[in-house]
Amino acid sequence: MTTRTIQGQKNLQNINQASKDGIGGSPLRPDGNLKVKGEFAYSSDLWHEDMLWGMALRSPHPRANILSVDISEALKVPGVYAVLTHEDIPGAKYYGLEIQDQPALAIDKIRYHGEAIALVAADHPETARRAVKKIAVEYEVLTPIVTEEQCLDPETHGYVHEPHEYKSHAYGNVCHEQRLVSGLGVTDEVRALADVIVSGDYEVGMQDQAFLGPESGLAVPAEDGGIDLYIATQWLHVDREQMAPVLDLPEEKVRLTLAGVGGAFGGREDISMQIHACLLAQHTGKPVKIVYSRDESFYGHVHRHPARMHYEHGATRDGKLVFADCRIVLDGGAYASASPAVVGNAASLGHGPYVIPNVKMHAIALYSNNPSCGAMRGFGAVQAAFGYESQMDKLAAELGMDPVELRQLNAMSEGDFMPTGQQIDSPAPVAELLRRVKDMPLPPPLDTEHLDVRQLPGALSNTSHGEGIVRGVGYSVGIKNVGFSEGFDDYSTARVRLEVIGGEPVAMVHTAMAEVGQGGVTVHAQIARTELGVEQVTIHPANTEVGSAGSTSASRQTYMTGGAVKLAAEAVRRELIEKGRRRYGWTHQDITLAGGKVVSESAGVLVSMVDLLGDEAVDLTREHHHRPTQAFDKETGQGFGHVQYTFCANRAVVDVDVELGLVKVVELTAVQDVGKALNPLSVVGQIQGGCTQALGLAVMEEIIVRDGKVRNASFTDYLIPTILDTPPIPVEILELPDPHAPYGLRGVGEAPTVSATPSIVAAIRNATGLALNRIPVRPEHLTTEQPG
Amino acid sequence: MEFLRPATWDEALAAKAEYPTALPISGGTDVMVEMNFDVHRPSAILDLNRITELTEWSNDGSVVRLGASVPYTRIIEELSGPLPGLALAAHTVGSPQIRNRGGVGGNLGGASPAGDAHPALLAAGRDVFVEAASVRGTRMIPIDEFYVGVKRNSLAADELIRAVHIPVADGPQQFSKIGTRNAMVIAVCAFGFALHPKNGTVGTGIGSAAPTPRRAVEAEEYLRDVLAERGLWESGDLLGAEVVQRFGELVKAAASPIDDVRGTAEYRRHSLAVMARRTLTWCWNDYSKQIRSAA
Ligand SMILES: Cc1cc2nc3c(=O)[nH]c(=O)nc-3n(C[C@H](O)[C@H](O)[C@H](O)COP(=O)(O)OP(=O)(O)OC[C@H]3O[C@@H](n4cnc5c(N)ncnc54)[C@H](O)[C@@H]3O)c2cc1C
Repeated sequence: MTTRTIQGQKNLQNINQASKDGIGGSPLRPDGNLKVKGEFAYSSDLWHEDMLWGMALRSPHPRANILSVDISEALKVPGVYAVLTHEDIPGAKYYGLEIQDQPALAIDKIRYHGEAIALVAADHPETARRAVKKIAVEYEVLTPIVTEEQCLDPETHGYVHEPHEYKSHAYGNVCHEQRLVSGLGVTDEVRALADVIVSGDYEVGMQDQAFLGPESGLAVPAEDGGIDLYIATQWLHVDREQMAPVLDLPEEKVRLTLAGVGGAFGGREDISMQIHACLLAQHTGKPVKIVYSRDESFYGHVHRHPARMHYEHGATRDGKLVFADCRIVLDGGAYASASPAVVGNAASLGHGPYVIPNVKMHAIALYSNNPSCGAMRGFGAVQAAFGYESQMDKLAAELGMDPVELRQLNAMSEGDFMPTGQQIDSPAPVAELLRRVKDMPLPPPLDTEHLDVRQLPGALSNTSHGEGIVRGVGYSVGIKNVGFSEGFDDYSTARVRLEVIGGEPVAMVHTAMAEVGQGGVTVHAQIARTELGVEQVTIHPANTEVGSAGSTSASRQTYMTGGAVKLAAEAVRRELIEKGRRRYGWTHQDITLAGGKVVSESAGVLVSMVDLLGDEAVDLTREHHHRPTQAFDKETGQGFGHVQYTFCANRAVVDVDVELGLVKVVELTAVQDVGKALNPLSVVGQIQGGCTQALGLAVMEEIIVRDGKVRNASFTDYLIPTILDTPPIPVEILELPDPHAPYGLRGVGEAPTVSATPSIVAAIRNATGLALNRIPVRPEHLTTEQPG
Repeated sequence: MEFLRPATWDEALAAKAEYPTALPISGGTDVMVEMNFDVHRPSAILDLNRITELTEWSNDGSVVRLGASVPYTRIIEELSGPLPGLALAAHTVGSPQIRNRGGVGGNLGGASPAGDAHPALLAAGRDVFVEAASVRGTRMIPIDEFYVGVKRNSLAADELIRAVHIPVADGPQQFSKIGTRNAMVIAVCAFGFALHPKNGTVGTGIGSAAPTPRRAVEAEEYLRDVLAERGLWESGDLLGAEVVQRFGELVKAAASPIDDVRGTAEYRRHSLAVMARRTLTWCWNDYSKQIRSAA
């Protein structure tokens, strides 16, 4: 059926209906089917004629002096085109996300197990591998500095970076610190105001992002002396910013295009093989591809900071919080990465979504010879949530109160103040989330009559036919910020073009946003449909031809780049309508775009976009900045530090085999306020994924590091949840708009990762009666070790 | 690297005799992973996948002859009657993809202490034999002599595994395995148990808790004697808590586990005792039901 446009005729009913694939709809993501069928092209699938394979030699020691590097034997291997060390780097030798403290290739010193020392380019990966083995390195092996006690006693144990090399506020193996005091702080007088005080020491193991697509990319030298890099990353422009000085190229000669990303979760926020591939391409004049193997991937990206935390909470007899005193020690490993920002988050969010009149906090990140830690989903808020939520349960037990009621009694809401002094100026329905999650129906009890081992802890491993199984239920709630904080302006850019293609108006959206699986490209198309009243939207490949889109992290992309797409589309809309006014002399004040036409609420269809555009295009670029934030005061932690807050509440139901210490999470319920669900299906997917990653941290995911050495760099021994470990995850979504955000939306991806872990641990405590001060909870913690 | 693809068993034996360092590949679920992780780079690979007889099994009523390459999926689907312990163990191996490729020949070839077939094979009795062949002839290696060290078996350099001979179950069998997730996990430790009413013995197998898979000999002997002395084989009466407890303790004592990234030695001992008690109880309950319904 063809639709004819009759000017002035009132046929709005048909066309004013918003596209079902606009915002609020759930169109399917374009990459979904391809990924399920194995047809999606990932960065590791890149190919170029004549390309070489790059590979790095990595240190087997966590701490050593490099006495010599002999590359002569490696160079002799037939098929080898280049062997490079730090001496071959044309430009700056150090780079870094926030602090330039990491050498592109090790210089005289090894600071962590797996640090890259030299690079090989060869005509075949096997050749490269053989050549890497022929590089002879003489080490003076040193005792690694790995524990908190060792790090904080540099006089005895030494420095990871010599103090005269510090490029920031670091001191004595402390990479960054943030203090915070609010109210009266925590003094003896304040302590005396509390009827009940509970304290605890908590520990969080090192979690990995565990994305399935290994670090990979293809660097192609260009005729202008520049380089084109096809890369799986989270932020094209910040990669370029770090790469260009090392390659000694102006930024415009380093051009990046996003390749297919196989998961990120923060692990691609730092540089991995980008600089290495480009160095080899520059040196050989040939395209160079690097793909990490699985074990190399574990060495090649940063992890979640392991943490040791001390918490003390005081409350009145009726459960009102009086004070919180906390110390959070994050192990940042060898290089700074995102440690300063992670510390900022831990310090400013480390009290949870509660109103606490008096607070003292000290958060630090250490430099150590452990693997570097940086961004991972939840970013500094995850570790703290395990601490404060464990404390809430402890306090409830001490007071004989219901743990949900205790939380509700102290829950923050709109108008309250964060311990940073920042007033919460949009909905913060913390008590409501808890009420809803508690009201969700509980799963049925274990059916002992018709046992199916797949439903029991251990499942097909056949460890129980009902023996030893105890059910537990636990609750938690968490807080996370959205966007970059502390005065950083992480703006996003979007370009939107509207033109007629094949007789239809088509919008094209061009941003540098890294689609890492979050569904951003789907949402961009939805925004363009809604704002421009068109059905057809194409997404331009993400590259550095357009301005920065900021990072795909901090739950920020829909807010920030989605916001930029909205701004650009609105500008295109205005321009198009202006064009019509100029041509047709319209004077209506109620003109909008819908169904491929320019329409007036009162007069009906004015003209079709096809006729109005002809063969011209409207092509506009806009930047979206969030409202400015402030740095936290170093000593008091005060400041309007965060753009937006997001909250999620969970309930976990677990079955524990208390004799064997095996756990089956039976159900994990989530209730979250998302402001506005632009794509409800994606929102639910994000919340379920976030919960699952939190489940992994609760019961299995840990990089085990002993004396600075990674012991389980494989998916054989770094365990992530399988479908049999992943329970049903009922999700309830609230949509309470944030007046400061585009469409009123709230970032979604991280809140459940922050909040869900403590609910699972609480449920295991409920089943076992054990204290469980460390995550992940391992079978031996529930049986033979029983700490606490 | 040479890639040898014999079409027949004799060709395979000839190739292995000519290239004793050639690495056999069957399902490849161990071999390919190890190559990926650069554990070894064999000079030659001997592909057994064209030899169809390796994927066949037969059952003469008392012994199953299981071809080395029969995948776990088919053991589960076709052999859970005669080989219930091995079928339960097969259920716990990897994922559907791995169970479709991997088999007992590969598990024996790797001889990892964590291989899940081993505890089930040990528990199936002392009359389990690995049929090993070379151009020199065929040897029937008793399962108790097969595992000689960490990831080492008693095959000679020119030998290949053709089949495993396993007595058809004459009583209930069980297999339990501990892993820190609910699927797709290498055993922290594992335990296989079987009752053999015909000859009045019981079988045990311990996995991942010693340098090699091993039998809990004293536990087997203790239980055998108790069952005989108290006439329990005939009566099918309850074993009593202290017998079950003691059996668990003896299994625990038979292990010599280590601490590693998968678990602690102490936890391994502890959980072996629990698994021993539970599998014994399940088997005995089944057995006494049989006895009583026969009576
Ligand atoms: C994801 C994953 C999960 C796994 N999970 C488990 C698990 O839960 N439990 C478990 O036990 N194992 C597990 N494994 C390991 C592996 O699947 C098993 O050991 C399997 O039994 C190997 O069988 P295959 O046919 O694939 O062996 P291959 O990889 O082909 O061979 C394994 C070894 O046996 C040798 N070999 C093979 N056939 C013969 C023969 N006929 N004669 C002599 N030597 C031979 C090979 O040279 C090699 O040394 C897992 C592997 C993967 C990749």
